[in-house]
Amino acid sequence: MDRREEIRGRAWKYGDDVNTDVIYPGRYTYKLLTDEEAASHALEDLDPDFGKKMRKGDILVGGWNWGVGSAREQAVKCLKFKGVGAILAKSFARIYFRNCLNEGLFAIACPEAVDAIQDGEEISIDFEKGRVVTPAGEFPFEKYPAYVMGLVEAGGIIPYTKEKLKNRREERA
Amino acid sequence: MAGGKTVAEKILSAHSGNDVYAGDICFCEIDRMMAHDANGPMAVQAFRNMGGKKVCDPRKIFFIMDHACPAPYERAANLQKMLRDFAAEQGIAFYEAGEGVCHQLMIERGHAHAGELILGTDSHTCTYGAVGAFATGVGATDMGASMLTGRNWFKVPETIKVVLKGALMPGCSAKDIILTVIGRIGAAGANYKSVEFYGEYLDRCPLADRMTIANMVVEMGGKCGFLCFSGMEPKADPDAVYAAEWEINLEEVVPCVAKPHMVDNYAPVTEVEGTKIDVAFLGSCTNGRIEDLRIAARMLKGRHVAPGVRLIVTPASREVMLLAMREGIAEELMQAGAIFFTQGCGVCVGTHGGVPADGEVALSTANRNFKGRMGNSKAFIYLASPETVAASVLTGVITDPRQLGGVNERESNQIR
Repeated sequence: MDRREEIRGRAWKYGDDVNTDVIYPGRYTYKLLTDEEAASHALEDLDPDFGKKMRKGDILVGGWNWGVGSAREQAVKCLKFKGVGAILAKSFARIYFRNCLNEGLFAIACPEAVDAIQDGEEISIDFEKGRVVTPAGEFPFEKYPAYVMGLVEAGGIIPYTKEKLKNRREERA
Repeated sequence: MAGGKTVAEKILSAHSGNDVYAGDICFCEIDRMMAHDANGPMAVQAFRNMGGKKVCDPRKIFFIMDHACPAPYERAANLQKMLRDFAAEQGIAFYEAGEGVCHQLMIERGHAHAGELILGTDSHTCTYGAVGAFATGVGATDMGASMLTGRNWFKVPETIKVVLKGALMPGCSAKDIILTVIGRIGAAGANYKSVEFYGEYLDRCPLADRMTIANMVVEMGGKCGFLCFSGMEPKADPDAVYAAEWEINLEEVVPCVAKPHMVDNYAPVTEVEGTKIDVAFLGSCTNGRIEDLRIAARMLKGRHVAPGVRLIVTPASREVMLLAMREGIAEELMQAGAIFFTQGCGVCVGTHGGVPADGEVALSTANRNFKGRMGNSKAFIYLASPETVAASVLTGVITDPRQLGGVNERESNQIR
């Protein structure tokens, strides 16, 4: 396994039903395409301080149904470009979860860990053991199926598909 | 496991060539793909990043301009041009600004059929469950990969069964049914799941009302929904396994709203009656069809919107607009004070037109009331039926449509 063995960072904690309109407002879906600009609007309607306190590798912690709403992938991209290490939530909305996998951003569901984590403290996600490690203890989470893990580890569906197509070409050759 | 199958299990089995059941991961051939101007450009970008030169099959792909139309600024104009050029180069069907909202067009123009597997770059793609398609929203990168390979992976969803019993009372509509269902099941109650709706009501109501219900399946987290009217194929097996079953007695459904800022924040209209409104919106892929405009016109004809209220109407498609003109509905609504806005999504999603001011209250027939949804995070959005919106614009406050003269039974409640 590569660098994804463990993700460690400070936890920034939010509530239930954090929706795509507050993660990345619709008013920007058209206007911005550069990575830096998109990152600068991440979570601005939910937590205006997020841009300032967030450091590369930090972990977002949410309640139930993180990412509810639109299919807009910018709501995942803006966090990835911002350098978010992973999102840990009690549960994820379906399209958002899938977009995370496709973008190569780890989205881990573990309600017990979320309850135990305090805002701002350092936590880590141990993929080998399948555990969230917090100052209050360790909490197991359900590991991804092999196919999905491969997709995320490849860095998302773009590098994954490229690799697959390349292999197919080589097989034919 | 080899028992009976749900509708979702049947469609994914047919498209993967394997017998699959809830929880299985399968790779499927996709029948149709839809991308709009908000997420389409990123899908094309992803397609190219993967080394894509030719799409798998241009006949399967539809590009529809609806999110910011006609283009309000140069970036939107340029992104739409990028899609227009790509469609021309690849031979993809392209619907220009003003043709209508993508989901309306996919069904109205016959691009979605029962038993098909359809992906769209929009969360409300689940609308095509109204005709029996397994249709679900995906992100732009997923769309890029699908356009390239014609295939994608799916986790077979569990299924929730919702039985609609009896008939609706006057003044109530399909919108009140789905808001009631979401209020009961919750905004994440059907997360990752398929939802099958049953009941005689589905045989009596028009396609428009089935679309209203299917459209909002995603608002309870659903992956796809099926409005299982009696002619719909494929049918679930009698011994199919369901994750949960709900029963809704339609006689008990009342005019209702979703209060700010969540779609499952249910309240009967009687509870919020008298709330002052500033903007009202009649339109969207949820309630922008001719059946919805007819109701509003019948209630507003010869009257006028209350002072201080802006009523914005966006028909769901050019066809709906033409019908509204032909039937005199457009004129009646204009006479009553309505503002007509280009057929599309802008007002609902906050990308173009009709933005409420800070602190203002919007009453909308659309499908989402999240903070910032209509373009201002300091506004308050209530979701309601066309009946409730029409009654409320006349008084300037949220009003129970049953209180108002001229509200008859929806045609859709009667046997067709």
